[in-house]
Amino acid sequence: MRPLTYAAPATAAEAVSAVRGDPQARFLGGGTNLVDHLKLGVSTPGRLVDISRLPLDTVEQTEAGVRIGTNVRNSDLAAYPLLRSGWPGVSRALLAGASGQIRNQATTGGNLLQRTRCVYFQDVTTPCNKREPGSGCSALEGYGRYNAVLGASEACVATHPSDLAVALTALDAVVVVLGSDGERRVPMVELHTLPGHHPEIETTLSHGELITAVELPATPLARRSTYVKTRDRASYAFALVSVAAAVTLDDDGAVADIALAWGGVAHKPWRAARAEATLRGRRPDEPAIAAAVEKELREAAFGPHTAYKRPLLRGATTEALSRLLGGLDGKSDGTSEQEGAR
Amino acid sequence: MTLRIDGTDHELTVDTRTTLLDALRERAGNTSPKKGCDHGQCGSCTVLLDGRRHLTCLALAVAYDGAEIVTAAGLAGPADEGDLHPVQQAFITHDGFQCGYCTPGQVCSAVGMLEEAGRGAPSHVTADLEADVDLTDEEIRERMSGNLCRCGAYAGILGAIRESAGR
Repeated sequence: MRPLTYAAPATAAEAVSAVRGDPQARFLGGGTNLVDHLKLGVSTPGRLVDISRLPLDTVEQTEAGVRIGTNVRNSDLAAYPLLRSGWPGVSRALLAGASGQIRNQATTGGNLLQRTRCVYFQDVTTPCNKREPGSGCSALEGYGRYNAVLGASEACVATHPSDLAVALTALDAVVVVLGSDGERRVPMVELHTLPGHHPEIETTLSHGELITAVELPATPLARRSTYVKTRDRASYAFALVSVAAAVTLDDDGAVADIALAWGGVAHKPWRAARAEATLRGRRPDEPAIAAAVEKELREAAFGPHTAYKRPLLRGATTEALSRLLGGLDGKSDGTSEQEGAR
Repeated sequence: MTLRIDGTDHELTVDTRTTLLDALRERAGNTSPKKGCDHGQCGSCTVLLDGRRHLTCLALAVAYDGAEIVTAAGLAGPADEGDLHPVQQAFITHDGFQCGYCTPGQVCSAVGMLEEAGRGAPSHVTADLEADVDLTDEEIRERMSGNLCRCGAYAGILGAIRESAGR
């Protein structure tokens, strides 16, 4: 680990100013990802500005929904009664992530800014355009099971690892950001960027901008949300693909409103807007869901290592909607105890 | 900086790069938390930090000035009284120790997990997010998934936690 200095400012504005004025400075939140990167040499800041003790750790009910402070721990947020009833998909996404210990440490804002688990990004002995711009991409010809299939570029095929971010993207969350010029609000879908020629740039935040809160609008749709995560083992692993879903039906059993976002497929949480549009107004049976998934994947690029993600996305999306609807037409899978059935 | 470790205050001067795990082991001389993977993947460095189970390998010591830490060694009563924490005793009863390397982390994680479940925190396998938590074997396995054991003490650990949960 390289030598570095440490500061713990008393206010968010002081923290912003401390990082803003030093290109080598980084915010330290829960540290579950950053401290690992300091050890691995993936991240080499000269200065850490600890924001984890700033009093941005409350969950507040607002007129529009709920406002979550950036320092709220993942475990606390997942267990928060208001989240469990009003945004179960967010709760489930958090509970699907990491381990009990890490959820006690990881924070809301830090979770959104965690970095890819692409093995080449984390291995400093290999070329990686994201870690070292211009050095090349080892994942293109290497171990590729976790690679992106949507929105990737020749420079980078890494996926975003956050489960929380996928649920927040589906449910139209807004990120509150403090910069040197004051506060601004960034819709979740605009927070993360696609790699293009600059995979080292991962968000639309500028250096020194601090996420202070996440706001979730209260909607009937959010109350009927869930999260399905597929991984190589039953627990404590990153997603191969994941699906955040929410759906309401009209009186005829057709989709009145729907929200879908995918994880494990792109450089950012992927809002599946085409799939949503395809399903709106239709009865959500298996053929309709499969067609919607295919529509979303029209411009996807699958390789030999990622071909499995196509049927997995179809299955996981079907599973998510089936859970919410207590089974699909012609398919009852016994998961009717889940949120949507109540 | 000051760390209160197993009930005793320790005044330490640490390099900013020192992890909480290294501060505990190398500076404060408390070797109860173990260095396994050192990357947050195995859970052997778990302690109770301000009452909650926490990894110490992914934490920089400087960020935890003033923290209260209880390691597996501090869970037991004074050595001369010989009283083990009920979870520690249950690990012995159910042969959950085996090689013992992961055990301090497993014990701390189990104590933290029982507290979390006791206040109704749901898990990934909880079917109804708003219902009371029933600590089934599936729940125990999921909640303990951050602690790995290479020699396979899982069956004994499951039994120990089941007993500690009153099942």
